[in-house]
Amino acid sequence: MSSGGEQNRNTAVPADDDYHKRTREQVYNSLARRYRKEKLFRSLGMLSVVFGIVCVVVLFGDIGRKGIGAFWNTWIQLEVTLDASTLGITPESTPDAIQHANYDAVIKTALLSRFPDVTARADKKALYSLVSSGAGDNVRNLLKKHPELLGQKQVIWVLADDEVDTFFKHTRKLKLPETERSITDKQVAWVEQWIASGQMEKRFNQLFFEAGDSREPEQAGIRSALAGSALTLLVTLLLSFPVGVAAAVYLEEFAPKNRFTDFIEVNINNLAAVPSIIFGLLGLAVFIGFFHITRSVPLVGGLVLTFMTLPTIIISSRAAIKSVPPSIREAAFGIGASQMQVVSQHVIPLAMPGMLTGAIIGMARALGETAPLLMIGMVAFIVDIPHGITDPSTVLPVQIYLWADSSERAFVERTSAAIIVLLAFLLVMNGAAVWLRNKLERRW
Amino acid sequence: MSVGALFASLLVISLLAYVAGQQRALRMGLSLGGIYKLNSLPFYYGMVAAIASGVPALLLAGFWLLLRENINTTLLMTHVPDSWHGMSAGEQALLLNTVKNVAGGQVTDGVSAESVQVANQYRDIVAQGDRISVIALLVIACGGFAWGVLRINPAQRARLQVEGVGRLFLVASACIAILTTVGILLSVLFESIRFFHAVPWWKFLFGLDWSPQIAMRADQAGSSGAFGAVPLFAGTLLISMIAMVLAVPCGLMSAIYLSEYADTKLRRWMKPLLELLAGIPTVVYGFFAALTVAPFIRELGESMGVAVASESALAAGLVMGVMIIPFISSLSDDVINAVPQAMRDGSYALGATQAETIIHVIIPAALPGIVGGVLLAVSRAIGETMIVVMAAGMSAKLTANPLEAVTTVTVQIASLLVGDQEFDSAKTLAAFALGLVLFLVTLLFNVIALNIVKKYREQYE
Repeated sequence: MSSGGEQNRNTAVPADDDYHKRTREQVYNSLARRYRKEKLFRSLGMLSVVFGIVCVVVLFGDIGRKGIGAFWNTWIQLEVTLDASTLGITPESTPDAIQHANYDAVIKTALLSRFPDVTARADKKALYSLVSSGAGDNVRNLLKKHPELLGQKQVIWVLADDEVDTFFKHTRKLKLPETERSITDKQVAWVEQWIASGQMEKRFNQLFFEAGDSREPEQAGIRSALAGSALTLLVTLLLSFPVGVAAAVYLEEFAPKNRFTDFIEVNINNLAAVPSIIFGLLGLAVFIGFFHITRSVPLVGGLVLTFMTLPTIIISSRAAIKSVPPSIREAAFGIGASQMQVVSQHVIPLAMPGMLTGAIIGMARALGETAPLLMIGMVAFIVDIPHGITDPSTVLPVQIYLWADSSERAFVERTSAAIIVLLAFLLVMNGAAVWLRNKLERRW
Repeated sequence: MSVGALFASLLVISLLAYVAGQQRALRMGLSLGGIYKLNSLPFYYGMVAAIASGVPALLLAGFWLLLRENINTTLLMTHVPDSWHGMSAGEQALLLNTVKNVAGGQVTDGVSAESVQVANQYRDIVAQGDRISVIALLVIACGGFAWGVLRINPAQRARLQVEGVGRLFLVASACIAILTTVGILLSVLFESIRFFHAVPWWKFLFGLDWSPQIAMRADQAGSSGAFGAVPLFAGTLLISMIAMVLAVPCGLMSAIYLSEYADTKLRRWMKPLLELLAGIPTVVYGFFAALTVAPFIRELGESMGVAVASESALAAGLVMGVMIIPFISSLSDDVINAVPQAMRDGSYALGATQAETIIHVIIPAALPGIVGGVLLAVSRAIGETMIVVMAAGMSAKLTANPLEAVTTVTVQIASLLVGDQEFDSAKTLAAFALGLVLFLVTLLFNVIALNIVKKYREQYE
């Protein structure tokens, strides 16, 4: 072989040239194919990114389209007569009697007097169902505030039922046939009369931010869920931030390199990837099963979320501590500081922006977490607004889950609106984290 | 006194202790001729007093908060009518629950006079217990205050004492990670062992029939046969596979495009946009899957003449895949960026195109890291709960058809445990057995993945 090669080199300069030419040709010929492949590969990458971004747009667009309507609600103007006999009270009645007076009858009378031609039983029922079942409360509040109005006529605005609300806000424009909408032609006729006389209007839905949960979509709000989320996150933050920072400081600055430290590290990294529902099982078995703490209180929710967010905070705090240059520590040691003084007076303050960023991201994750809270029973139907960490409460994501499960169609709009509020909070938190990182983090 | 007010007052007492201790040390130092006569700075004397006053009281307050319910119940048991002691544990728990509800004012009618009487006693016990604990805690805090402040003397090594306590806190905090793991393991293990007493483990792991509701009836013969978890494992696997089939190529290609092709400007706004997907709560994905994607797929199937279940595995899997894309993309991005530039340059010098360089050089070099990332993503897909709870069904069917409804391990855990339940029923315990399986499987994936990623990092560092 070697002798043949030798010969080749000696004698066949033209052959070698030929070889190079062929190679070159081969390369040139394959170039088009290779560039095609290159293009294909590149566009596949482009496509993947575009797909991801399309998903973002579709998701946000879909939820925005579904939920934006819930920020307005429909009100109906009624002329009510605060008739003592209809209400079943007298001017001398006790506050308790006034509280339990028959306000629904007043609303019904007002509705009938607005549409005097309604006489059939079924029609009356259909008419009554146009206003919210909570409309009586509006009258009650008015009478409690101004008891002197008893026996007088009064023009008030009451909340419309959710079906009317949906019709007025959305389906009215579509002019659907009767079979495809949830209110009958007769009801539509009454609603149209109200609209024509300016007695029906759309207002900003304050109730959504002021009320607790309700079985009636038009009266349901997210106030109790927001308060529950805030209390739960408060417990989580107060526990997980100091403990997380302390663990990170220990591992970075104090821990000897041994098996025990390695074991802690493996545990932390693993816990960061444990499914959140497992933390729920832990909370259920320990806090509810063993300590018998009441279900669905922010205290337990906060404890469970603390376990869940600790790894995140520890990992990001360690990264922040690592980025503080050793020269700072050496300078402090050089002037006689103890190790604890170096850490608490130099390392921690310098690493604080990074730690806070990690804490905010951890809190954002905790705010959106649902599964572990389902396990510890934060799925209760909560109307009252919780005031302390031992009051029964629910949180915003769980409220979303509960509403999403509801069969009432008007809750779809409420659910999407609650999601918009949740996403807005998350965007603000993540934005704050990014801002903090860019603004305060020092590059050494 | 509310819990918040109690903690606030304990903190205030400890703050006062700090001020008092610091001032006392300062005065002592000055009377000796200057604070340099003290062993430590006055700050540390203040801290010693604050720790003595605050730490024991706060720790005890925490324990009290945890143990309050147990103590109150034990005390109540000494006050209940004698007839209650002869009852079974289940009946007793039911009565106690009623009593607590009455005491809390949640139930008022349909309760026996006896229960109302016990409820009143319970209310007294709770009120008295709270009063005693609050007073005791305040006394402990004030005692610590006095002890800490009076003990101060110039020779006291206050700084070392404070630093010792601080170090103890650091070590304890680091150990919480271990405690959490142990806590998880023990809590699921104990309940699982109880479950395996009722249902043999091989029937659970290899049984093909899952219907826990039937086993609720105690008189049912062979009720244990209904806890075969194979359909759940199959369902979990099916949905996770659909998710990975979408997420792995998509996430990987996005990472490649963003790190190798996209110029910095494009990258700067595309990457955060893509990462938005990672920040969306899973309950939102679940809502999206159940109300938008699932109906869309069903209508699409109907228009093509294919029957699609309204809670198809496909819908849940696809949405889960979208959720995982940014996860895979950012992990792959990290490992691709860690591949040394020299390897790219070498490949270009040989005349390779960019795509050839990526396929033949970068991906093989980054493969361990990518595999690690994918394994972590699989563990996430298996443990994902809200998407499947909201979009996948409850029917435990053994099928490989993605258009049918399947159920998963996490769905069953959630549905078995949501709402009030007894702790001893096989139904509840089954959820913990599923939890044990889930924990062990994800643990396995995580440990393997973290090891691979760690080895990979070391290779290029």
